[in-house]
Amino acid sequence: MTTAAPILPLVLDRLSFAVRGKNLLHEVSLTLEPGRRTVILGPNGAGKSLLLRLAHGLLQPTGGRVVWAAADRLGHRPRHALLFQRPVLLRRSARANVIHALALAGHGYRERRKRADSTLAKFGLTGLAERQATVLSGGEQQLLALARAAAQEPEVLFLDEPTAALDPAATAEIEAMLDNLHADRVRIVMTTHDLGQARRMADEIAFMHRGRLIEATPAADFFSRPVSPEARAFIEGKLLW
Amino acid sequence: MESSGPFGLALQLIWQADPALVEIVVLSLRVTGTALLIAAAIGLPLGAVLGIARFWGRGAIIVVWSALMGLPPVVAGLVVYLLLSRSGPLGGLGLLFTPTAMIIAQTALILPIVVSLTRQVVEDLWQRYADQLRSLGSSSWRAVPTLLWDGRLTLVTVLLAGFGRASAEVGAVLIVGGNIAGHTRTMTTAIALETSRGALALALALGIILLALTLVLNALAHLASRLDRSHIG
Ligand SMILES: Nc1ncnc2c1ncn2[C@@H]1O[C@H](COP(=O)(O)OP(=O)(O)O)[C@@H](O)[C@H]1O
Ligand SMILES: [Mg+2]
Repeated sequence: MTTAAPILPLVLDRLSFAVRGKNLLHEVSLTLEPGRRTVILGPNGAGKSLLLRLAHGLLQPTGGRVVWAAADRLGHRPRHALLFQRPVLLRRSARANVIHALALAGHGYRERRKRADSTLAKFGLTGLAERQATVLSGGEQQLLALARAAAQEPEVLFLDEPTAALDPAATAEIEAMLDNLHADRVRIVMTTHDLGQARRMADEIAFMHRGRLIEATPAADFFSRPVSPEARAFIEGKLLW
Repeated sequence: MESSGPFGLALQLIWQADPALVEIVVLSLRVTGTALLIAAAIGLPLGAVLGIARFWGRGAIIVVWSALMGLPPVVAGLVVYLLLSRSGPLGGLGLLFTPTAMIIAQTALILPIVVSLTRQVVEDLWQRYADQLRSLGSSSWRAVPTLLWDGRLTLVTVLLAGFGRASAEVGAVLIVGGNIAGHTRTMTTAIALETSRGALALALALGIILLALTLVLNALAHLASRLDRSHIG
């Protein structure tokens, strides 16, 4: 492994994002320390996906800064990954999808194949390795997309509602894999609008509503004594958007 | 074979692999096949870059390429003729009335199809893939082969369309090739000539082969898509 300087903490410093004069994100500040799992929680349209895209660098903020503690790339290899709610898989085998991601990360020919096989095994996908990725079931595709991201060995893994389109069994499988990744010291940062998932997966909660970060607290505190009226309403199922 | 009509004679020519017929078919396939290879080698990457890159004047370039798809073959032939004729800029190469001249003319006919349709296919794919590929660390340049490979099924049909256009046209190859027997006589120019001479059997035989060729190519494309769906990558 590399001995590069750690990229955490990640400081999101007064991030704003506006489209055609309309402010979709209002000065969101959040510091992500190593070692915990953060769940960004909030109703639809709160700005959760925007915040992840800004942090991951897919979007440039119109105000504020994204500050990593060290360079967030090592050569070609991105040091953080994003799992999309509906990931795009390439029209090739499951194994070739992982190999492609490893090629992008700069791994050599033999190394890619070795790593792809061991990653697929870790995710229980060996049996599907030669199947065309685009014909796998929704749950299998999401698991493969997670394996592809993990194969690049990101230090931070952003996940945007990774199970929103999945049934309970597939959801449980993804969550179990996230537990494994967390145990392997991958920093998990995920969004969800699902309170049950937030309770299961969060060490800390960042609660968003209408483009603002309302509160960021340890998960236990958030659920036992939410400070803001919005968070209280959301926990009681009364805040719909 | 006294009283069989032209159709019967045509089948007989094919069945017996008549040397004159075979020569024409082989030359035609060689010319169009080579033109297709050249057009694919240039047109696939060029179309892909046009589909991904954003630069000033892109719209104008796209319009010109798609207008060229409708270029009348005789006009393409005329332009290539002027380039290659003795007094033309490339006259010194002595290519006029050679198979090479026909390859150049057919490449000019196929290239706009390949560029324009590839651009469209890749642009649509890029719209869906850009965030995902960037997230995985891909640059726009690196995405070119990825997108071409992912669009391979559609692109095969694009190439087939190009092959169809080139192998079916008469005007351009007639002008720059000259329809010289045993040298630059293709299926289409031979059909035109033989029909005008009233030699319907050879014309029909060539027509049947052209039709069969189209059928075979389309069957291959269909098979490829079936295979692709079943599993391999
Ligand atoms: N590119 C965009 N252009 C305009 N509006 C956008 C864009 N992206 C997101 N939005 C809007 O910003 C708000 C927050 O979106 P999003 O971050 O996707 O919410 P969430 O993920 O919390 O459901 C929504 O109202 C959405 O419609
Ligand atoms: Mg979202």
